[in-house]
Amino acid sequence: MTHYLLTVHGSAERDEFGNYGSKEEMEEAFAATGAFNDKLHADGYWVFAGGLQAASTATVVDGQGETPVMTDGPYLETKEVIGGFWVIEAPDLDVALKLAAEGSKACRGKVEVRPFDGLA
Amino acid sequence: MQDTTEAVARVFREEYGRLIASLARRFGDIDIAQEAAGEALVAALERWPKSGVPPNPGGWLTITAGNRAIDRIRREKQRDSKHQAAFMSSPMSSAQDDTPHEHTGPVQDDRLRLLFTCCHPALAPEGQIALTLRLLGGLTVAEIAQAFLVPETTMAQRITRAKKKIAATKVPYRVPETADLPERLGGVLTVLFLIFNEGYLATGDGDPVRAELTGEAIRLTRVLRQLLPEEPEVAGLLGLQLLTEARREARVRNGQLVPLGEQDRAGWDRALIAEGHDLVRECLAINRPGRYQILAAINAVHTDAPTASDTEWSQVVALYDQLTRLDPSPIVALNRAVAVAELDGPEVALTLVDRLPLTGYHAWHAARADMLCRLGRNAETKESYDAAIAATQNSAERAYLSRKRGELV
Repeated sequence: MTHYLLTVHGSAERDEFGNYGSKEEMEEAFAATGAFNDKLHADGYWVFAGGLQAASTATVVDGQGETPVMTDGPYLETKEVIGGFWVIEAPDLDVALKLAAEGSKACRGKVEVRPFDGLA
Repeated sequence: MQDTTEAVARVFREEYGRLIASLARRFGDIDIAQEAAGEALVAALERWPKSGVPPNPGGWLTITAGNRAIDRIRREKQRDSKHQAAFMSSPMSSAQDDTPHEHTGPVQDDRLRLLFTCCHPALAPEGQIALTLRLLGGLTVAEIAQAFLVPETTMAQRITRAKKKIAATKVPYRVPETADLPERLGGVLTVLFLIFNEGYLATGDGDPVRAELTGEAIRLTRVLRQLLPEEPEVAGLLGLQLLTEARREARVRNGQLVPLGEQDRAGWDRALIAEGHDLVRECLAINRPGRYQILAAINAVHTDAPTASDTEWSQVVALYDQLTRLDPSPIVALNRAVAVAELDGPEVALTLVDRLPLTGYHAWHAARADMLCRLGRNAETKESYDAAIAATQNSAERAYLSRKRGELV
């Protein structure tokens, strides 16, 4: 079994409905994502998942020097950012890609699939 | 001695795909498979000139390579037991499984698994093509680099990157399930089609036709057909390749491309045409049409005509209509319009062509030039030939287009 990181990519700007268009569509996406999460649990793929606050809430910390340096904002100023992620455990890439496609449909976003190089 | 060395090279090339595929299944790792195959080749080059080529050279190579791989894994196990533990848990791994490499049935053939792995949609298209030629075709990195006119280091990186992704992301080593098969088979056919096309009308400014690529595409498609004899699109692709390849010799004369209508049909390969026609008939009987089957049928109509003027253009147009329903792309529409020009005249065809968003495509300009020329619109014809020449690097095509342009008064 391999662990895969599934990251959801979307616009850095968020409107009041989280870029879903309307309140109804936002609620539908939440419900579909909830159902997908339940499926990941039931089928034994689930490791961890979560949605993230807006990228503007991020702080970059550089602790390599004597005193840590804090910078407000995300590491890269980009139009597209990671909005949330799943960590799953799957037997091979084909399974991971299928789950990513389902997750992408549920949360209405593009999903990047990347394997872990071992876990701590 | 020289004869034996050549025999070794020939056998190795013939057996390479099967050898790598069975080693990759057995040891779960493409790099181990390639190194073991390389060691078996060295052993054969040492042994065979003295002892003669064994009666079953493929079997000899498989056993020798398998033994070398086991030796290497043992050495590494002693050195690094942790690595071994990781290796044993890989999904491709089944090192305990020493099933002989004789195939038990078409679908079990390891080469089919390897082909689906090489053509996995998660790999970049150029990586899929390179890996297929390297692992299943047994071409060297230098040969593939030369065929695609890129530096050898670039091609080596492409292959390494694809192999790393297969290992790191655990691309499975298996034939897709029935539900996914049509789509995944489509990916494999695309790779074989692209290899053939690059050979048939090379994009770069090197040799205009690369017979080693068309030949390799045909060889791999034949393997695929052996493995999936029931799939009409596989038969269709093979038929299309054979009917196209049959005209290869007649297609270039004095470094110039010769269009279908002006080709010396006595120079066509009758054996390939007969085999291609058989495949098209087989597809018609199965009656599950697809893109490659229709393209093969169009080529069957062309190769059926004793002279260009005997061509049944209404059939060609009808087949393009059928293809348009499956694939409504502008390229298909352009090819259809070229057939319409023969059936309904250049004026009707030109209206169709002018609507297509293909201004960067050399064949669009060439088709327009031909139609404008037939309508006597010389100034526009010249402009179109110039645009077509500027849009292609293929030397034979440039030579042909330049001659046509030069013939204008």
